[in-house]
Amino acid sequence: MVLKDLIKPENLVYGKSKVQEDVYMHYCPGCSHGVVHKILSELIEELGIQEKTVGVAPVGCAVFAYNYIDIDWQQASHGRAPAVATGISRMYPENFVFTYQGDGDLASIGAGEIMHACNRGENILVVFINNGIYGMTGGQMAPTTLEGMVTSTTPTGRNVDLNGYPMKITNLMAQLPGTSYVTRQAVHTAAAARKCKRSLKKAIENVLAKKGTSFVEVVSTCNSGWKMTPVAANIWMEMNMIPYYPLGDIKDSVKGGHIIEK
Amino acid sequence: MAKVRGAVVVDNEGCKGCGLCVEACPEDVLRLNREVNSRGYHYTYMENPEQCIGCANCGVVCPDTCITVYRMKI
Repeated sequence: MVLKDLIKPENLVYGKSKVQEDVYMHYCPGCSHGVVHKILSELIEELGIQEKTVGVAPVGCAVFAYNYIDIDWQQASHGRAPAVATGISRMYPENFVFTYQGDGDLASIGAGEIMHACNRGENILVVFINNGIYGMTGGQMAPTTLEGMVTSTTPTGRNVDLNGYPMKITNLMAQLPGTSYVTRQAVHTAAAARKCKRSLKKAIENVLAKKGTSFVEVVSTCNSGWKMTPVAANIWMEMNMIPYYPLGDIKDSVKGGHIIEK
Repeated sequence: MAKVRGAVVVDNEGCKGCGLCVEACPEDVLRLNREVNSRGYHYTYMENPEQCIGCANCGVVCPDTCITVYRMKI
């Protein structure tokens, strides 16, 4: 049997989503952003919501997401995506609105915006990419940087007496009554990426059902910022990031409902 | 038990040679090429095509979505 007989449209099991644009991404090799973009594109195609989806991408590596996913996009100032998404979802309540933010953006500069958007229970999905540093600007320390982690602004490692403790922002969001589904996932292995897809699907369905804010954190790598190879960065993440940011659902409830912490 | 054969088609120009698919492959099918594409990356290719089971793990972890997977029962 030759490969030519196998490579036929009827045997296709995995391919590029039609929602994803046919361009090369600007991300560094092995960047987790690409996997999350791909999962979002697949879900938008599966749920048939391409025409009514609006993404809000603030400053960060994912600012160019509008080049890669074929939906409507709005650019926001650094950290202000939840505020912009609030406006869009209130003006166009039939649309599905999501923000796509990094950790420097969401946990530091936009900490106020995300806190209040989640508290109001806006019908938006927040995708939070947590790689522990400011990836785009050159690997500076972010609020989520682990204790002792070397970054370009903490060359001897993060000192908690000087810089504070790494912030578990997803756990904070789970405490707010406006959120309905709060989870932490990763995309470093095929199994984790498939699980992340299921979580994102549930989150999108919750938003479409107007159940309140859904918050999905994706623990990611930034191999350029961490100065590692993509494969080594995944191993480092598994050994260091995931013990501090354990994966799994943190809250699965409805807006204003009881907080059931898992 | 029916045998399953798979095949992986890599978009050589889109591949950035990160090697995540090589790690994700349970059957040790993929390798990074010694040759480079026009952007200077060592792209992935099927070193052992007869071992591929079409599980699509490589496609799922590929950040650049340059892997298409086919599978067939024989």
